[in-house]
Amino acid sequence: MTVELLLQTVVNATYAASYMALIAVGFVLIFGVMGVVNFAHGELYMAGAYVVVALYADQALPFFVAVAAGLVFVGLLGLLMEFALFRPLRDNPLGGLIASIGFLLILQTIAVLGFGVRMENVPPSTQDKIVFLDGAVLTYQRLYVILAAVGLLTALWLFLRKSKFGWALRACAQDREAAVLQGMSINQTARLAMFIGAALAGVAGALTAPLVSPTPFMGHSVIVTAFIIIIVGGLGSLEGAVLVAILYAFVHTFVTTLYDGTLANIVGLLLMLAVLIVKPTGLFGAKERA
Amino acid sequence: MPKSEPSSTIAWILGFGLLAVVLIVLPHLLSFSQQEILVFLVINVLLVCSYRLLTLTGEWSLAHAVIMGVGAYTSALVAKELEVPVPVAMLLGASMAGFLAFLLSFPLFRMKGFYFLIGSFAAGEVIRLMWKWSDLTFLFGGPKGIKRIPSMPDIFSIDFYEPVNYYYLCLVVVAVSLLILYRVERSRIGLTFHAIHWQDKLAESVGVNTFRYRMLAFVISAFFAGLAGALYAHYVGAVAPNRFGVEEMVYILIWAIVGGTATFYGPIIGVVALTILNEVILRSLDVDEMRPMFYGAILIISILFLPNGLESLLPKIKGWFAGRKERRDALAEQPAE
Repeated sequence: MTVELLLQTVVNATYAASYMALIAVGFVLIFGVMGVVNFAHGELYMAGAYVVVALYADQALPFFVAVAAGLVFVGLLGLLMEFALFRPLRDNPLGGLIASIGFLLILQTIAVLGFGVRMENVPPSTQDKIVFLDGAVLTYQRLYVILAAVGLLTALWLFLRKSKFGWALRACAQDREAAVLQGMSINQTARLAMFIGAALAGVAGALTAPLVSPTPFMGHSVIVTAFIIIIVGGLGSLEGAVLVAILYAFVHTFVTTLYDGTLANIVGLLLMLAVLIVKPTGLFGAKERA
Repeated sequence: MPKSEPSSTIAWILGFGLLAVVLIVLPHLLSFSQQEILVFLVINVLLVCSYRLLTLTGEWSLAHAVIMGVGAYTSALVAKELEVPVPVAMLLGASMAGFLAFLLSFPLFRMKGFYFLIGSFAAGEVIRLMWKWSDLTFLFGGPKGIKRIPSMPDIFSIDFYEPVNYYYLCLVVVAVSLLILYRVERSRIGLTFHAIHWQDKLAESVGVNTFRYRMLAFVISAFFAGLAGALYAHYVGAVAPNRFGVEEMVYILIWAIVGGTATFYGPIIGVVALTILNEVILRSLDVDEMRPMFYGAILIISILFLPNGLESLLPKIKGWFAGRKERRDALAEQPAE
């Protein structure tokens, strides 16, 4: 492996880590606060990408307007899920999971009906790129994803640590009943968590749309990745999700570069199985909630 | 279980006799393509019933579609490459699926509930990715899978290439399998499964090896899923990794959830009702692309409004009829003054 390839792979892995972290953190946030495994999370990511397809590629609106629209639109989808599915099924975690599978099928079909099953080609919004010393290239398109991940996740961290709403969210994630007894509104915190979690997936999809050729079925590989990250990181641990996203992205990118993509997926899944067997609460997870 | 009265025994025999007649006559009333659908329906009944056996212990696996694929791949490979007779190959496929479940039990049953769900999903995906992997193409055929799988040979000069005949074959195999599954559930073993589901600590404390019983449920369930896969492979003549992917697993879940898993017949109702809906109603509306959306909507509606599945409607209907009869009797008893 030449130095150039090594550096390029590191750059690629950083990019992969960024969008994986955005997706996984949203997934963990929803799981932590709502207690629901959101199987439709990959499709929320897909929805974000298709907002960019519709507004930027088809309607020629500015790229960042389309990304912002994607964030808001997918956030609203999250609110819809909370209201229509997860609220009525609050005491039924398996029910929430099943309902989100139903929602996933509906979102997929809408994408197929609206845009067709073929891959969408989204032109890059900029041709600029950074060339490092040895010729490794980081396009601005990828840089946006990295910057968005760092910016949004820092903002989220500050929000959770410093603001009143953030405290309420974390309290609900820790012990829902105690939080209710303290006068926190479950519905409000659930709405907040769903909006943020979904919007993070949406923004990841929107920003990566020019890089990945969106298809209605792009959510599948994403949900597998999200599963791996949250299991290895520990359910309900946001910091764990970020760290493992970085770790997993590096492992995955290096194995893909050195061998092939299928083997990288197998390695990721085996890693997850190993963690499940040895330490089911994950590397950074607390003890299982009673 | 209370001893059934003779009259209800006769009703059962009549009911099953009627069912058998309907099942035997049915294919002759259908078109060729509908006959093919009927074959798949019978195979899917076995698939979803075998799935239910595992859910008795309270665990929901996401590897069932892949395990069905293990049966299909093994049976196909053994029949094609080693030229083993097809019926033997099918049994080998089912056994391989069961054996794999036995091996998977050791890591997977260290987990429970949600963790088992995710763990089984990961294990299934690893197996499925192996089929797709370019380095193993010489064995599993890569993403395109295996083609030209030998079909069932003629027995007593019955041509099993005909959908109707293959349907009868499946019907017999599935009926025997369902009988075994039913007997297992009603036996001591089945009762232990229920005990593990509802009170695993208590079961353990009275000396039940919960791990062993979970494993047993998983292995039996996998065996019949593998058998369903083998029946599928030798009928279609081709298998591919994506045939046993998440989508198929989602359908198994939908059938089980919509039908309900509390009774033996629940999942069967689910798969039959949804297949009829799919093939008769959706096909006539000509909305092929919207099919997943309908399934999604049905899934959501049933989990929101009918969380115990279609099966929970039967006692209600029965109760309603009984109530009506009582009311009518009460009316009749009132003397006309």
